Amino acid sequence: MHGFANPARFLRLARWLTPLLLLGGIVVTAASLTWGLVEVPPDRLMGDTVRILFIHVPSAWLAMAGWMTLAGAGLVELTWRHPLAGIAGRAAATPGAAFCAICLATGSIWARPTWGTWWVWDGRLTSFLVLLFLYFGYIALAAAAQQDGGHSRVAAIFGLIGAINIPIINRSVVWWNSLHQPPSITLGKSAIDPAFLWPLFAAMLGFTLIFGGVVLARMRAILADMQAETRLRRKARGAAEAA
Amino acid sequence: MREALNQWHYVLAAYVVGIGGTAAMIAWSWLTMRRAERRRERSRGR
Repeated sequence: MHGFANPARFLRLARWLTPLLLLGGIVVTAASLTWGLVEVPPDRLMGDTVRILFIHVPSAWLAMAGWMTLAGAGLVELTWRHPLAGIAGRAAATPGAAFCAICLATGSIWARPTWGTWWVWDGRLTSFLVLLFLYFGYIALAAAAQQDGGHSRVAAIFGLIGAINIPIINRSVVWWNSLHQPPSITLGKSAIDPAFLWPLFAAMLGFTLIFGGVVLARMRAILADMQAETRLRRKARGAAEAA
Repeated sequence: MREALNQWHYVLAAYVVGIGGTAAMIAWSWLTMRRAERRRERSRGR
């Protein structure tokens, strides 16, 4: 892992991995969503709205995985001061927030015909909305740290503290009364019929590949911006000293 | 009176939000990456 903290080595790897993950993700996601729309039968209780879950569940998984990525990156940044760890955390924040918003929107669209309401203030939905606000806070903190030219240590600490919300989201349907169904997939067990489970796994894989590609693209963009800034500043300082 | 619900309208809306949002995110991240890397190359040449 320490070897990849070297930006040059990271860039050599990221240059071919970014388009590979994005293209692979787009192909797998397109195939799985087509499978979910065309091949999967309507559910006995949910009817055709079950197809919404092929977008809703992967986006929920990636919203939580995104926060765990930035919390993990924050831990590495604070512990080993890896130069790329802070960049990885910042890069994961925007796609994580985007998937969190998609999850909330698609969940709300699914809830209207299924529960008869767009929104309820129950434990699962509220803790997920809190996650979206945590993402906004992290993005603002990281942007402020970048503008000051400082390290994103405050953002890293915020990422670690915000990770407390992840087990709360996970257990919310068990701890509190909720319209949201209890966990359908647990370790080694699934309450979902294989006709729905396999396209769901394929969609989760496809969206995860896209998430990985977007994080790498964001990391490359942040790194390139930092390198360009440093070079321009150095040249400006050199020109001022020469004058 | 019972409200008539066509489930496919909701499915379509969710897919537009999900696919549209993901496509916009891919395009934005790819374009900002290319722009930043071009800026870095220009800063090298100056």
